[in-house]
Amino acid sequence: MSDVLPTIPPDASDSLAVLEKQRSTAETFGIPLAVLLEITHRCPLQCPYCSNPVELDRSGKELTTEEWKKVLSELAEIGVLQVHFSGGEPTARKDLVELVKHASDVGLYTNLITSAVLLTRERLSDLADAGLCHVQISFQGIQEGLADRVAGYKGGHRKKLEVAKWTRELELPLTVNAVMHRQNLHQLPDIIQMSIDLDADRLEVANVQYYGWALKNRAALMPTVAQLDECTRLVEEARERLKGTLAIDYVVPDYYALRPKKCMGGWGRQFFNISPAGKVLPCHAAESITGLDFESVRSNHSIAWIWQNSEAFNRYRGTGWMKEPCKTCEFREIDFGGCRCQAFALTGDAANTDPACALSPLHETIFKQAEREAEGETNRFLYRNFAGGTLESENGA
Amino acid sequence: MAGPRNISVSEASRPVLPRHAKLKYDETRKVWVILAPERVLAPDEIAVEVLQLCDGKRNVGDVSDQLAAKYAAPREAILADVIVMLQDLADKGFLTEAREKTS
Repeated sequence: MSDVLPTIPPDASDSLAVLEKQRSTAETFGIPLAVLLEITHRCPLQCPYCSNPVELDRSGKELTTEEWKKVLSELAEIGVLQVHFSGGEPTARKDLVELVKHASDVGLYTNLITSAVLLTRERLSDLADAGLCHVQISFQGIQEGLADRVAGYKGGHRKKLEVAKWTRELELPLTVNAVMHRQNLHQLPDIIQMSIDLDADRLEVANVQYYGWALKNRAALMPTVAQLDECTRLVEEARERLKGTLAIDYVVPDYYALRPKKCMGGWGRQFFNISPAGKVLPCHAAESITGLDFESVRSNHSIAWIWQNSEAFNRYRGTGWMKEPCKTCEFREIDFGGCRCQAFALTGDAANTDPACALSPLHETIFKQAEREAEGETNRFLYRNFAGGTLESENGA
Repeated sequence: MAGPRNISVSEASRPVLPRHAKLKYDETRKVWVILAPERVLAPDEIAVEVLQLCDGKRNVGDVSDQLAAKYAAPREAILADVIVMLQDLADKGFLTEAREKTS
């Protein structure tokens, strides 16, 4: 009976998959357990590694309250168990409390993934009353100077600390999400301590993944190999020391790995997200791949139909689409050739092997380039915004 | 604040799932699940039975008594198994202890 609970995989993107069977080339895929809802791309922060696409959806394109409610009902009906309200900044939507309430009413477990800077104590309390189950707050560092500079938002760090305190006062579980890169990795021991001081249940140490905005900012963000080794050591030490007090999830940057990550658990296998405009996507970066046509919840098709049958979900499902070296690789059903968005961004063809893989002909070149950038002096950010990005001024912010 | 952390499960503990961990029957997949932040766990039949008894009122000893009677099994063996299972859940952060009512 001691092993009734399956081992929780440390990879955050895979961690919801404990119920999914390891099927390789099956024709049908059960509906995912959890779905990411990016309800808006609006956000007061301007983090240079934002996971949103470079082409952001403007507010006029966003689904209406009624449309989101219909989506939530449909998700619950087809067997989704959890939803993550994310963005952009989800609290930028005036109807968030109403949406959380509706999700709870139809039986969904709700997570809020937020920068926290727009929340008041009253609104957080309303969200708790609406049935919100869990709050995840992003932190950019441990002190105002660096943290506010990374976020491009003055006063943000102080506000986050305040909201984290309210979260625990309202007896909501708290996850601290710390996005790590060259310019803040030295703060990791203090970030771990900050999470304990904030009485967080979980800490996500998430190294930046380099697509979209982060790829544009790679030279300013890429850590050195030495930094990363130290980061891994600190996480392992803290996990052991804090067992039962603070759970730590750890995401490494794949540039320095030999094998690529099983991105999204494999394309169209166990994950989808819905964009502000209602597109059903195999990954939150998928729209960066040109030439794929993603169907919307506004179409005549059901979400279940889009998941099972749409061209975009089937294009890179399983192994049939693969070219060499993936096609005959013994790991092809383990990592599914890595990340399609990264393959597209770095090679121009999403069907190529992800260059994070040592077997990719481009691996060596890209690894060397990343290493050079990590040793470089470029620290200026290109801030994320609807205008396509704004370069940080010479003296910061 | 939510319940205490770092709990050590013993016969006298009165464990309960914390607010953020919800035991639910999944109609689509026909299995019991525990929903937790960014996690879906699949407890087996026995674990489900134990957790359904963990209401914050019964202690681990009471739970073991009930299971021992139901399955006509040795209480000591059941108790040991229940403690191991609950401690594992507690270490993962999905179990808390009921607080004493002060009123």
